[in-house]
Amino acid sequence: MMWAIFSILVENKPGILFEVTHMFRSRNFNIDSIAVGVTENPGLSRMTITTYGDERQLSQIGKQLDKMIDTVEVRRLDEHKTVYRELAIFKIKISNAEESMEVNKLINAYGAKAHDTRKDSIMAELTSTPDQIRAFEELAGRFGILETARTGMAALQRSGA
Amino acid sequence: MTETSEPVTGARALMTALEGEGVREVFGLPGGANLPMYDEFTRCNIRHILVRHEQSAAHMADGYGRVSRRPGVCFATSGPGATNLLTGIATAQADSAPVVAVTGQVPVHFIGKDAFQESDIMGMANPVVKYAFQPRTPEEVPISVQKAFYIAATGRPGPVLVDIPKDVQSAHAKMRTVDSVSMRGYHPWTDPDIQNVERAIETLIRADKPIILAGGGTIISSAFAELQAVAEMLSIPVVTTFKGKGAFPENHPLSLGPIGMHGHAEANKIITEADCVLAVGTRFSDRSVGTFEDFESRRTIIHIDVDPAEIGKNQTTRVAVVGDVRASLRVMLRLLEARKVGPDEGGEWVRHAREMREYWQENLKIHPGELGAAKILRKLRQLLPPESVVTTEVGQHQMWASLFFDVISPGTFFSSTGLGTMGWGFPAAIGAKVARPGVPVVDIAGDGSFNMTENSLATSVLEDIPVIVFLVNNYSLGMVAQWQRTFYNRRMVGVDQGRCPDYVKLAESYGAQGIRAQSMDELDAAIRAGLKSDVATVIDIPIDPEEDVLPFVQPGTPLSKMILPS
Repeated sequence: MMWAIFSILVENKPGILFEVTHMFRSRNFNIDSIAVGVTENPGLSRMTITTYGDERQLSQIGKQLDKMIDTVEVRRLDEHKTVYRELAIFKIKISNAEESMEVNKLINAYGAKAHDTRKDSIMAELTSTPDQIRAFEELAGRFGILETARTGMAALQRSGA
Repeated sequence: MTETSEPVTGARALMTALEGEGVREVFGLPGGANLPMYDEFTRCNIRHILVRHEQSAAHMADGYGRVSRRPGVCFATSGPGATNLLTGIATAQADSAPVVAVTGQVPVHFIGKDAFQESDIMGMANPVVKYAFQPRTPEEVPISVQKAFYIAATGRPGPVLVDIPKDVQSAHAKMRTVDSVSMRGYHPWTDPDIQNVERAIETLIRADKPIILAGGGTIISSAFAELQAVAEMLSIPVVTTFKGKGAFPENHPLSLGPIGMHGHAEANKIITEADCVLAVGTRFSDRSVGTFEDFESRRTIIHIDVDPAEIGKNQTTRVAVVGDVRASLRVMLRLLEARKVGPDEGGEWVRHAREMREYWQENLKIHPGELGAAKILRKLRQLLPPESVVTTEVGQHQMWASLFFDVISPGTFFSSTGLGTMGWGFPAAIGAKVARPGVPVVDIAGDGSFNMTENSLATSVLEDIPVIVFLVNNYSLGMVAQWQRTFYNRRMVGVDQGRCPDYVKLAESYGAQGIRAQSMDELDAAIRAGLKSDVATVIDIPIDPEEDVLPFVQPGTPLSKMILPS
C-alpha cells in the first residue's frame, strides 16, 4: 500500500464534489483527505485528494478521474516535487500549570499557534505536512486530545517539476 | 454559432435540437412535468412512440441505439417517470449503449422543496450515466442537447440524461446552437499510437498459440471486416465475449464462439491453451474470464480499447493500444500489409483449433427432448434470414441462445450482458425494429423475463412495430432454478411461475398473434407464420423445466474447470 496525492482541476459546478467522491465510493477506492476550493479561474475548482492503494489501484484512480467529463486536468503529484500542507486544530487537555508549560513548549517547537488558552485546555493550530502533524498529534496525545479538526491536504507541484 | 431570430420556448428548442441531431422517433410516456415537450410533438416531424412503462422506453431507446449506432431517445416525466427510467439507463451504461434520456422536472423554484412528483434524478442517475445535464434557463437547452448527443455517441458510448424543469420548458428565449461541440474535459480517444500497434503485432507474431478475443467494442465500432481481415491474414482462431457474440461470423472456420460462464466448450478449451490473447474492445468481465488472476497469469495479453480506464482495470496487459477498435485494427492491417504478412493457412495450432471446434460441434451432449433448447434454437436459425436482428431476455434462454444460435451476419445479436436486466429483450427488439424496419426482429425470451415488460405488446401492436417473441417457456425462473438444483441441493424457492399467464391468450388480448408450438413441426410453422405476420407474434414453446444450461463454469473458478453435460 502506498499513498498518493491527486490534484485535479474540475468544472466549478453544482454536484461536482458528489460526482468525484462517488467515483471513489462506487469503485471501492479510499479517500484519506480531500480539500476543495475555487481557483484563480472562477470556472474551475481544484480538488486535492490524498488516497492510498497498491500501484494498480492508484493507476486506476488516475484513469477513472481522467475519464470523468467534468475533470479538466488530473495530476498525480510526486511528493518530492510538491509543496503540500494541511491545517490541523487540536484541543489539548491540561491538568496543571506544569502541563500547560509543556504543551506551550510543544506548540512552539512545531511552529504551531496557541489559541483559546484556558485553565483545563489549550487549542493548537498547526499547518504542516501530514508526517509532522502526526508526530505532533502523538506527542500531544500524552496530555489527552479533546477534539480535532483537519482540513485535508492542499498541494501544488513546484514550477519546473 | 446560429441564433433564432424570435424567442422560442425551451420545449420548442428541445425539439428543434433533437431534429438537428437527426432524431425521427422518441419512445416515451407523458406526465405533468413534461407536458410542454409533449405539446411540441404536434408541431414537429418527430414520431412519438407511446410505451406502457418508462423502463421499456429506455430499453427501446437502447435497442434502437445499439442497432443504429446513433443515440436512441426516450422521454419521461419527473418523479416516478424518471425513476422508472433508471433500470433502463443503468442497462445502457453497463453495455455502453448510446441513449439520450430526457426527463421533465418540477419548476426550478420547487426543486429541493419535496414537490409533487419531484425526485432528485440528477443525483440518482449520476452513478449510471455517462453524463447528465439540468438546464436551468431555456438558453441552456439547445447546447445541452447538442452536448448530450456528442457525449452519448462518441468514445465509449453511453447514456446521457437531460433533466429539464417545467418552467424552463415553457419560458421563451432566443436560442443559440453551436456548429461543433467541444468540452474541455472530454477528449474521446480515436486514433491509436502506431508504435503500440507495432508492438502488438510483434507480440502476436512471436506467440505459438495466439487467439483473438473480440468483445462488444468490436460491434460498437463496426469493426467486422477489419477483425475478419486480421484473423484471416494471421490465421488466428477467434473467440468472443458474450457481448462480442457475433462480432465475427460464427460459421467462419476460425470461429469458436463465446468464452465464459456459459461459453462454448471449444472456446473455453482453446482459450485455456492459448499463450497470447489479442483482446479487442472488451473489459474482461468476470463472466467472461472466470477469475482475473488465473486468466492473466496464463497468457500474454494485448489489449485494444477506446476507454483508457479499461487498460489494466481487470487484467494486466503486455501491450495496450488505446483507440477506437476499428481505427486500431485498420492501422494493424496497414502495418501487416507493409510487412507482406499472410494470408496464412495456419499451422498446427490452427488445425488443432479447427479440430476442437469440429469435435465439440458434433459431440456436445444436448437435451434429448423434441423441444430441447439446442433443437429449437437451431430451428430458429435455420428459418431466420441471416440479416435478422436478434435480442434476448436474461436467463437460461439467453445462455442457450449464446450456445446454440449462431450469428452469421456480424452485429445482429444484442443482449443485456452487463447488467443482466430481465425484461430488456422485448422492448429492445421493438427499438431495434424501429431502427431497422426492413429486417425481421426476434426476441429470444424466457417466460420470467418476458413477464417484466410484456405490456410492450401494446406498443408493438398499436404503433405497428411487429417483432417475434420466441418464448422458451419453462414456467419458471429457470436460471435461478438451475442454481438451486446445483448449489442448494434442490431446495427450490421462489422459482415456480405456474402455468400463468396463457401466453397465446395474452398475445391475442393485445391484438397480437399467439401461437403455441408443442412439436418441431408446429414450431416450424409458427416461426414461418411469425415471419409473415403484420403484427407481433408470441410463439409459446413449452420446454422441459429441468433442462440445465451446460457447459457451465461456476462463479469464481477458472475457465479450465468447465462442467460439461454428462
